[in-house]
Amino acid sequence: MSSTKKQFLEGAAAIAEVINRIKPEVVSAYPITPQTHIVEDLAQRVADNKSAYEYVRAESEFAAASIVLGASATGARTYSATSSQGLLLMAEVLYNISGMRLPVVMTVANRAISGPINIWNDHSDIMALRDCGAILLFAETHQEAIDQHVLAYKIAEFLNLPVLVNVDGFIMTHAFSGCYLPDSKTIKKFLPKRNLVKGEYLNPQFPVTMGVFGGPDSYYLFRQLLQKDLLNSLKNIKKEYADWKKIFPTPKESGTLTSNGLIEYYGSKKPALVIVAMGTICGTIKKVIDDYPKKIGLIKIRCYRPFPSVEIKRALKKTKKVLVLEKCYGLGHESPLKLDLSAALWGEKIDLRSEVLGLGGQDVTEKKITNLIKHYEK
Amino acid sequence: MKQYQSTKICPGHNACAGCGELTAVQAAFRGLPEKVIITNATGCIEVTTTSYPESSWGVPWIHSLFENAAALASGVLAALKVKGDTKTRVVAIGGDGATYDIGLGLISGMWERGERILYICFDTEAYSNTGIQASGATPYGAATTTTPSGKVTSGAHTHKKDLLGIALAHGLKYVAQSTAGFPDDITNKVKKALTVDGPSYLQILSPCIPGWKIKNDEAGELGKLAVKTGLYPLLEYINGKLSASSINAKFTPAPVQDYLNKQGRFKNLKTADLEIIKKIAEQNVSKYRL
Repeated sequence: MSSTKKQFLEGAAAIAEVINRIKPEVVSAYPITPQTHIVEDLAQRVADNKSAYEYVRAESEFAAASIVLGASATGARTYSATSSQGLLLMAEVLYNISGMRLPVVMTVANRAISGPINIWNDHSDIMALRDCGAILLFAETHQEAIDQHVLAYKIAEFLNLPVLVNVDGFIMTHAFSGCYLPDSKTIKKFLPKRNLVKGEYLNPQFPVTMGVFGGPDSYYLFRQLLQKDLLNSLKNIKKEYADWKKIFPTPKESGTLTSNGLIEYYGSKKPALVIVAMGTICGTIKKVIDDYPKKIGLIKIRCYRPFPSVEIKRALKKTKKVLVLEKCYGLGHESPLKLDLSAALWGEKIDLRSEVLGLGGQDVTEKKITNLIKHYEK
Repeated sequence: MKQYQSTKICPGHNACAGCGELTAVQAAFRGLPEKVIITNATGCIEVTTTSYPESSWGVPWIHSLFENAAALASGVLAALKVKGDTKTRVVAIGGDGATYDIGLGLISGMWERGERILYICFDTEAYSNTGIQASGATPYGAATTTTPSGKVTSGAHTHKKDLLGIALAHGLKYVAQSTAGFPDDITNKVKKALTVDGPSYLQILSPCIPGWKIKNDEAGELGKLAVKTGLYPLLEYINGKLSASSINAKFTPAPVQDYLNKQGRFKNLKTADLEIIKKIAEQNVSKYRL
């Protein structure tokens, strides 16, 4: 068990604190609800001379993403955070960051997309960018968010890939919960300084050309490599998560049967039905599973990109019914997580259904989830 | 000739023969110190110098997107600052489309932050890289593929944006303008700009062979004529005050037709348009005390 004592913190405060302990060198962000508490906290630390990073105030999310891109290319460990429209405004830059293989880490406080304008939580923002070439992690609890940010930097800097840690806007960012924070020494043991290779970052001593023009004879090679490295990163994420939890163990929930960097399985060993979901909604689902008269399971996806198809398939071996609960429509077609599962479960004899809920902060109650399960069972 | 050779940008790139922009880039880079990092917006300079796996750059150079060379430069500078590197200079470069149009908000943000970054706009007065579409820098009367001359119009009927004025409004301590016709002037202005402890802006008229519909050996001459006609004077503002304009005593005026008639983009000018262009030149002569 960790030697640090349990703290009762706001989600944003917990994230800001762990980011500070990770010791980024350049932070840049633009205000957008519900991400603001994180970057306000990080700015306050600079004002109080309690931090070593440069805080660059950006005039838009587009600029913030570009600033961390430039800093990362110059060898700095960077941090930014955004949400909703801000994430969409960053879209062009994020695709470029992964294409340039820069280890940028960001928090996305998931929020609905306009219109109508809505500042509350769902997953429409990140789903629009699910193919941007970044590794996408999703946190259910404050503890998971803390762990995933440390993990994010380790993976990003090891594989030269950006990592976006997704936390539900308000439901996590503004809610208080108990959690354990690793100290700087523990983090440093797992996450050493960024390893810089001469000629691979901007430095007048070793000139390098970054962001080249790739024609038809070379462009595809860059993209192939990116795809290959992303898919291969599944094993790194699993390994690094296991290593981290060895260094920094925290209490486990009794109903959790499988827990690794990619997924968590909660509930019955022989479930009649398995729910698949991501983020804070999983807490409510777990409560429903505990109280429900029949055997139900939950696959909580922690790593959404790359998609852990093999892990999910393995966890679904004992069931014939899968219910996806997700917070985003796939406008004009099936919703994103259902599509991903359809592909992963192709050829399996599984009845796969999905329900879109919790859009724009709509309350997801235990009763609602219970009713959906009952409806499916009919 | 040796003094003009530089390994900061090397031969072998695939810009058009006689390109005014690459000439201006070479002149600018002769003014840079050894320790420098370049951020480059998408455009002709970037495309013609970095066709993978080749590169013309002998200095650390990064390109990301069309509109973010300025923000990249802010990020580079912040990283250098954290690392304790106060010697390396950061220079952002881009064409007029990147500067006047798509990247202007990000340039404004960079200037407002007061960072020690030189931004150089290589102004071809159109989107050269995509096939000569009009930009905010396209001058009155110039035909482009999106302001073509036709039965009723002769070309662009909007006026070139006053970007120097915008730079000055941000309180920049060094703002200057030059043309590819005066390479030594460019080199000197770059050197001066880099001495300023804060943001600085240099804008260089860069004649574009296909865009202006001129001959391969005319870029330099047109750079000179742009100055002599008063349409694109050599300017320098230090601490917001006009400190030098054109080559002062050496300035020999020329009629605007000398400049316009050599260029295909102005070939369908109507008499009324010509009068408007003449007025622009006259206004410049009095405004900048040429």
